[in-house]
Amino acid sequence: MTTQASSSSQAAQTSASRASASQTSDERVVHVLEFPGGYTRSTGPVIGRFLTGLRSGRLFGVRMPDGRVLVPPTEYDPQTAAALGTADEDWVEVGPAGTVTTWTWVDDPRPDHPLDRPFAWALIRPDGADTALLHAVDSGSKAAMATGMRVHPTWRAERTGAVKDIACFAPGEGPAEVPALVPAPDGEAELEPVSMVTLPHRLEYRLRGGTVWNHFIDGMAVGQIRGTRCAKCGKVFVPPRGACPGDGVPATEWVDLPDTGVLTTFAVNNVPAAGAPEVPFISGYVLLDGADIAMLALVSDVPWQEVRIGMRVRGVWVPDAERTRSVKNLKWFAPTGEPDVPFEQFEEYV
Amino acid sequence: MGNRCAVIGVGQTKYRTKRADVSLAGMVREAALAALEDAGLTFADIDSVVVGKAPDMFEGVATPELYLADALGAVGKPMMRVHTAGSVGGSTTLVGASQVQAGLHERVLVVAFEKQSESNATWALSTHSPFSASLVVGAGGYFAPYIRAYIRRSGAPANIGMMVAVKDRINALRNPYAHLKIPNIDLAMVEESMMLWDPIRYLETCPSSDGAVAMVLASERAAEAAGAATGRPPAWVHGAAMRSEPMGMSGRDSVDPRAGRDCAADVYRQAGVTEPRRQFATAEVYVPFSWYEPMWLENLGFAEKGSGWKLTEAGATAFDGDIPWNPSGGVLSSNPIGASGMIRFAEAAQQVRGQAGEHQVAAAVDGSRLALGHAYGGGSQFFAMWAVGARKP
Ligand SMILES: [Zn+2]
Repeated sequence: MTTQASSSSQAAQTSASRASASQTSDERVVHVLEFPGGYTRSTGPVIGRFLTGLRSGRLFGVRMPDGRVLVPPTEYDPQTAAALGTADEDWVEVGPAGTVTTWTWVDDPRPDHPLDRPFAWALIRPDGADTALLHAVDSGSKAAMATGMRVHPTWRAERTGAVKDIACFAPGEGPAEVPALVPAPDGEAELEPVSMVTLPHRLEYRLRGGTVWNHFIDGMAVGQIRGTRCAKCGKVFVPPRGACPGDGVPATEWVDLPDTGVLTTFAVNNVPAAGAPEVPFISGYVLLDGADIAMLALVSDVPWQEVRIGMRVRGVWVPDAERTRSVKNLKWFAPTGEPDVPFEQFEEYV
Repeated sequence: MGNRCAVIGVGQTKYRTKRADVSLAGMVREAALAALEDAGLTFADIDSVVVGKAPDMFEGVATPELYLADALGAVGKPMMRVHTAGSVGGSTTLVGASQVQAGLHERVLVVAFEKQSESNATWALSTHSPFSASLVVGAGGYFAPYIRAYIRRSGAPANIGMMVAVKDRINALRNPYAHLKIPNIDLAMVEESMMLWDPIRYLETCPSSDGAVAMVLASERAAEAAGAATGRPPAWVHGAAMRSEPMGMSGRDSVDPRAGRDCAADVYRQAGVTEPRRQFATAEVYVPFSWYEPMWLENLGFAEKGSGWKLTEAGATAFDGDIPWNPSGGVLSSNPIGASGMIRFAEAAQQVRGQAGEHQVAAAVDGSRLALGHAYGGGSQFFAMWAVGARKP
């Protein structure tokens, strides 16, 4: 961080575009990682049998060689690595009522918590089991919770073969009524044993661009490509690097670069993807005049069959009025019409 | 290089598009049990477990090594996970081997896997940060420009990539574990397949596979005991090395990376290899896109710079050539990404053990020549290789 700060202060003194540097903001950008439709999980026979039991409103455990009953079951003995649950007689129905072995209180439930009112997370050992499973207890108040208290499951009618088929546990012995199964809207095969589950995950990050990136992006906002130069080897990096990847020293000097260069190599992409341009599109490496590393860019305004290694190109920018603080201001590169550059002249940058 | 180390057991699952019948743990265990059976051992005989897989985003299981401890009998033992992108299967093997070479352990179980059907690798490889534009789609989009640069640099004819695609799929027909089996494959079929990332056609790319591979690595004493007990000979490690380099370094040769050349030179120095084409009987090399065969032929010193394609064209790398590359069918025929590197290492070991079945290269068995296992990953940044032989080094 110290390195980047000193890099930035020197940059402010040496860069021609000092005014835009002063507009540098440190706002964070949201970055979401979410696989469309969610990850799938093949359950395997053991976990699948447990989940199938949940769907029918029953809790099953698996007996280990030493006689203890594991709930939820695991595929392999945590002590000996032996396979568990391979024979029908190894399966034991447990509960439905059980005993709280420990718990913690949640005052402010989050959106994805099982209950929208204050509740307890508890480890609950179902009757007949030797281990406890984690679930929510809807006790109404923290004062009503106690280690050793008796609880029973509250089953949903919409059961899919998941631990959430139990809405929560409630205080007391029960009875734990199991409402008739209401199949999921898309679950025409609901009577097959559970063998696959879908688990949506969403990771939402708030990222800081950092000093070097912010100065670069401030340049892009006014149509200026900026790179950094390593004081040791003199190489110019674009997009800029805070440190030279070869020498490991801070790359502190800012360099304004033209938006012209040579296309060193490229791919013609025929595979459609969200966020990518319509196919076929050209992605390639453009070595800007004065830079020492080629940067990844789109190439357009030319039929794909006519794109060549060694082609001279110039950046095509969005109109001034449409500019934002984004790399997308530089739409793509287009041929300049100048003669091609011989391969040998830029081969070392491929 | 430390103490002697040998492979005494190899286990693989049959690679498929989707293994819906087992959990991730069940699939990994299948390979581990097969390796233990080959070595005549049980989990109780293992001192340490090393696992490897590609990025967690591929399956959405964070820190899978924790979840897999039960399945791999690792309770109460050292267990660690290695991560070097696509080369991880190779580097996982070498981390395990180093525990033996250092004299820490007698028998180490190394395991690598991927269950690609749980997600989509192209998606996982295309989740760019908001600070870079989304310009590359998957691994093919990334590597296609470097293949184009290789073709330009070497002047290779356009059909070389297609020849590799055909050759490796024909080899796969002899491998019971291989995923893709295309009995009627020929150049015309490859040429007619869709151009995905020009110059890469559909049939010039690797499949998306579920699968796992495991090996038992042993000290000299443990290897001799296992060999005597099972009647299956060990594969001795003659040389092993890893190298890495930054992706965005000015002057970096992305087509013929220095890290790959340096890694090979280190392995060859340890193994006494000065003429790889003559001293290796076969090589299992990480070729996820067909053109990487001629590229790595040069990078690994089997051919002069610019002439790797001539070996492919002449049939030298075919199953009946003088230096068969990927007799198993290679990554082009089976690609559980995190496992793919270790499969190369394991297949090289099986060749010198004489355990490769129908795809056994005859010249690999008598001990006079070695076999090479190779893996690379990231943006051609991570390299891991070993040379194994039937004789003790
Ligand atoms: Zn430098």
